[in-house]
Amino acid sequence: MSLVWLVPALPLLGFLVNGTIAVVRPRAKGLVSVVGVGVLLAAFGVALMVARALAAAHPDAPVVFRYWDWMPVGTLAVSYALQVDALSVVMMLVVTGVGSLIHLFSVGYMRADAGYARYFAYLNLFVFFMLTLVLGANFPVTFVGWEGVGLCSYLLIGFWFSDTVNADAGKKAFIMNRIGDFGFLIAMFLIWRYTGSLDYTTVFERAPDVLTLGGGAATAIALWLFLGCTGKSAQIPLYTWLPDAMAGPTPVSALIHAATMVTAGVFLVARTNVLFALAPVAQAVVAGVGALTALFAATIALKQWDIKRVLAYSTVSQLGYMFVGVGTGAMAAGIFHLTTHAFFKALLFLGAGSVIHAMHHAYHATHAHDDAQDMRNMGGLSRFLPWTATLMWIATLAIAGIPPLSGFFSKDEILGAAFARGAAQPIWYLFWALGLAAALLTAFYMARLMLYTFHGPNRTGAREQVHLHEAPWVMTGPLVLLGMLSVVGGVINLPELVGGTTWLHHWLEPVTAAGAALAPAAHVTHRTEWVLIGGAVTVAVVGIAAALRALDLTALVPARSAPAETGLGKVLNRKWYVDELYEALFVRPTVWLSRNVLWRVVDVKLVDGAGVNGPAAASRILGWLGGRLQTGELGFYATVFVLGVVAVLARALK
Amino acid sequence: MLLGPSLAVSAVLFAIGTAGVLLRRNAIVIFMCVELMLNAVNLTFVAFAQQLGTGGQIFVFFVMAVAAAEAAVGLAIVLAVYRHKETVDLQHINLLKG
Repeated sequence: MSLVWLVPALPLLGFLVNGTIAVVRPRAKGLVSVVGVGVLLAAFGVALMVARALAAAHPDAPVVFRYWDWMPVGTLAVSYALQVDALSVVMMLVVTGVGSLIHLFSVGYMRADAGYARYFAYLNLFVFFMLTLVLGANFPVTFVGWEGVGLCSYLLIGFWFSDTVNADAGKKAFIMNRIGDFGFLIAMFLIWRYTGSLDYTTVFERAPDVLTLGGGAATAIALWLFLGCTGKSAQIPLYTWLPDAMAGPTPVSALIHAATMVTAGVFLVARTNVLFALAPVAQAVVAGVGALTALFAATIALKQWDIKRVLAYSTVSQLGYMFVGVGTGAMAAGIFHLTTHAFFKALLFLGAGSVIHAMHHAYHATHAHDDAQDMRNMGGLSRFLPWTATLMWIATLAIAGIPPLSGFFSKDEILGAAFARGAAQPIWYLFWALGLAAALLTAFYMARLMLYTFHGPNRTGAREQVHLHEAPWVMTGPLVLLGMLSVVGGVINLPELVGGTTWLHHWLEPVTAAGAALAPAAHVTHRTEWVLIGGAVTVAVVGIAAALRALDLTALVPARSAPAETGLGKVLNRKWYVDELYEALFVRPTVWLSRNVLWRVVDVKLVDGAGVNGPAAASRILGWLGGRLQTGELGFYATVFVLGVVAVLARALK
Repeated sequence: MLLGPSLAVSAVLFAIGTAGVLLRRNAIVIFMCVELMLNAVNLTFVAFAQQLGTGGQIFVFFVMAVAAAEAAVGLAIVLAVYRHKETVDLQHINLLKG
């Protein structure tokens, strides 16, 4: 277990090596691949060893390793410390495991890119920061990882920065994350103010004594923390950056903007479950925002044409589910969905990457300039990409919640937990209903994506069709592994209802017990549970069936000649005009304020005028006045001198 | 004895010297006026020395020595200026104008 420092250290080493190669010899792609993927696989191996050691010891308290004193200031003593416990081990395995597969996929996907070494350097750096985030033993260390993954996200969204759109998307993600980070910082200040510590173990020990249950302080801390989560995990109101983040390379979307980084907020709520258990109002806010986001994002996904954008909104929606889970207090359910979602969403994104790869090659070969990501240009691709199509169907069924695939168990557990809490607080029935409605839409839009992409007639173009082909094994291999995980991922937390042991739930107990003691989880009878499961499955089947019936694949035309959307479809296609609303409410006033007040008044008039040019002008005037005294005529000097002596004498003699 | 008249003469001499410095333009004349002022001061010194002891008389020798040195340096400068500008009219010598 003491080897845990290697887990983040290996990707950091990979970053240093690849970063050096990127500067010195950017064409050494073989070496970059070996280092980039190798460090991740090694980190995954070490993570497995750590996990086995923890499972063998199974301690109640987290195992903390302190490496050096970081901020010893007065009574504040923050050390750089890593913490091994049930939660961090799960996250560590997800990050390094799924991360390894995505790194491997990237070898094929990015092969022809000129920035290959730079790409792997960033990707390794991201994994390092993500591991710092999940392994940190106190808030500041986690915050370092939190900021670091934001930085890497920015670097990778704007990876092809020569295109203004991509650079802008990177900036948008960075700025919206800053708003959330502000909340995280305020929460840390409050935690320090009330508990006098920032170490997780100490804070969670003292919190129930110093914070009253449902008191203002506990609620404020939890809500500020949640503001940080909404930024990082793309929830209302800070979600708009995630769909734009699709400007980055597709494996990046899979790793950062679907499987790992965006789940950091869910992780943080689970990590600080004691604080949230002390603030029932904040819990309701978390679950409410999650449920609303789940439904809202799902409606937008219904009318997107860009294959990655559909998946992006789907991610936002699924993250909403996870927040319903952790907001309800069902931490294990939230982490369970986080894990299974990492499997099937990574698979969906990598599958989409495989499709885009094929489309891009086809258009490249014929020098066409059509959009390789627009589903209206696809259709019938299952004939050309059979592996990708099959695997993506598995992931689609998993995300829609068809039993016995992994997504069914995790989604069902979250909805069940929300429903159970409804007995005590009826508002949770509403969250459950929102979640169920979102599940219906999820099944529909995912089936729509699959049908438009892989079935019906092909719309790519006659000349292009011959160039469509399946990706190399280095890309399909990870897809196959992720496909298997998507199928069997549910076993880690099979409910008792079907003879399972809810293993993940028990595994996470050392972490969640303190919070669960403060706010005991509600349970429903097995009868109700069966009804809920029946309802959820029905909804999923109805969603898919509706897509099969309602969508006319032959009527679709390529994007170039597609008619404009009208009515509700247009509103959904334009994402409920939220970006436009934010533009009008926040961006334009800020730009106006910056340009007309901060620039033209404060900068030009105050700083430049009064601050810089003012003293210059004043000294010039003084200098000019002084210069007038220097006539160079002795008579004048003598006169002044005499007058001065007379004045001094007159004063002295008075 | 005769302190009042001595100081009166001294004051008149000093005033004439000052007026000369302020009003005349010729460098040599101004020099002479400065000497006049110095000697007016010398007169004051000796007048007071009559009553207050010999310290003032010793100071007069100091002033004479300084005046001699000043005359030597000053006249050398005037000579140098004259060689350069061919005039000793101070109105035409204003190189240090700001």
